[in-house]
Amino acid sequence: MKAPTTSPTSDALALDAVSCTFVDRNDPTQRYTAVRDVTLSVGAGEFVSVVGPTGCGKSTLLNMAAGLLAPSTGTVTVFGQSLAGINTRAGYMFQAESLMPWRTALGNVMAGLEFRGVADAQSQAQEWLRRVGLGGFGDRYPHQLSGGMRKRTSLAQTLALDPDIILMDEPFSALDIQTRQLMENEVLALWAAKKKAVLFITHDLDEAIAMSDRVVVLSAGPASRPIGEFIVDLERPRDVAEVRVSPRFIELHQAIWAVLRDEVLKGYRQQLAA
Amino acid sequence: MWKLIKPRPGNLRLWQLAVLVAVFGLWHVLTKPGLIPPVVFENDRQAAFFFGEPLVIFARIWAWFFGNADIYQHLWVTLVETVLAFGIGTALGLACGLWLALSPMAAAILDPYIKALNSMPRVILAPIFAVWFGLGIASKVALGVTLVFFIVFFNVYQGVKEVSPVVLANVRMLGASPRQLLRHVYLPSATSWVFSSLHTSVGLAFVGAVVGEYLGSSRGVGYLILQAEGAFDINTVMAGILVLTAFALVLDGAVGRLERRLMKWQPRSGETERL
Repeated sequence: MKAPTTSPTSDALALDAVSCTFVDRNDPTQRYTAVRDVTLSVGAGEFVSVVGPTGCGKSTLLNMAAGLLAPSTGTVTVFGQSLAGINTRAGYMFQAESLMPWRTALGNVMAGLEFRGVADAQSQAQEWLRRVGLGGFGDRYPHQLSGGMRKRTSLAQTLALDPDIILMDEPFSALDIQTRQLMENEVLALWAAKKKAVLFITHDLDEAIAMSDRVVVLSAGPASRPIGEFIVDLERPRDVAEVRVSPRFIELHQAIWAVLRDEVLKGYRQQLAA
Repeated sequence: MWKLIKPRPGNLRLWQLAVLVAVFGLWHVLTKPGLIPPVVFENDRQAAFFFGEPLVIFARIWAWFFGNADIYQHLWVTLVETVLAFGIGTALGLACGLWLALSPMAAAILDPYIKALNSMPRVILAPIFAVWFGLGIASKVALGVTLVFFIVFFNVYQGVKEVSPVVLANVRMLGASPRQLLRHVYLPSATSWVFSSLHTSVGLAFVGAVVGEYLGSSRGVGYLILQAEGAFDINTVMAGILVLTAFALVLDGAVGRLERRLMKWQPRSGETERL
């Protein structure tokens, strides 16, 4: 099950043989290679998930795609142009709390628009808040919102800039299962409407299969690399809760889990040994 | 009877007031000449001489505010000095803190000097400031500024260092330029730390003003105290101290109100919204 090879220029985002090695600041001989020789591409309008055991360098991969982290070797290409500095065509939804606590929900959503000098930033931001179901919460500060509401605000903040590439780093991992499924469906609906390229990082295989067109499995760290790639040929539109019981989903799940399981166990043993 | 007056949240203020009355009552009994036979001193006037008499002190305060009404110009001078010292010290501390926090090399070079300046007892600078800036407002403001500056500086420095890396990365991904980062991330984060030290820095600005006045001036509450002390007028000294204390309390209350207004984005425990 290999991905159909696409010409490099048609990819929204392409990581070509990237490695990332961190050097300990206090002891330069201490090195840690998070990812090694990763080649990964996301076509325009494609939803790609990356799954892997904890600590396998999934976030490192995403940070390199975002331009927040420069790869030690290899190149990152965005719409055919090699990336230097921040990836301005990408929106990034972080795993941790990323809202500015001193701004209201509305202020946070309009921040990106404001930085770009958009004239009707406020009305656009209000529209996005309404779209994620927070129309009446624009004047709340992040600490006055629930975890799910904060995630939705983050989503609106990212999508308000209409990025061509959306990077998501376990965005819903902190949410309870009900809120999570609601959010997943919301993201799918918004994605279906705009058809952006999405690179979605998760440790939850169910989530990965339910949402994406393609699932990439990373090996356990250090020096993790892709060890499997699966096309998810489930019909769209999908409901993330319903799709989980379809026979094809279970088939895919078994196939991917067979590859992932060994890596998860390996990663777990390494963490125990550390 | 005890059940009625037993301390509880409801009569907290009354009890606080009772403590105040008790302290002044005791003070009055112990110092009023001829009321009780002298135990510590040789004659019954000495206690009043050393510690003052509450009734005379209150009479003096009354005269200052309502009789001659001549305290206002002194209070005004002290207030102006405090506000100026606070404003200038905060602005300088904010600017230097942001600069050093954002350029680590400059911070590394200046680090020992900042530590040295901060550990220096700054009150000894007062005579130098008096020579440089004269006996007017400027020398007191300068002293207050040296006190406020370091408080604000260290807080801003800390505030910038403690900006969440995720928030920072997020704002960069949203397309903020370095200037916008400063304006929308570093500054709000730093000011939140400045506000958390607001009580301390306003207090120190006040200390700077009063100490400056006390060491040489022609106006201000510190000057009143200095004058009275020169004439061994302990009652006026005590009255001055009481006025200063009350003034500091009012100032602190005002700062608290300001803080609550400006920091409304920060969570407070047990906060609920009334609908």
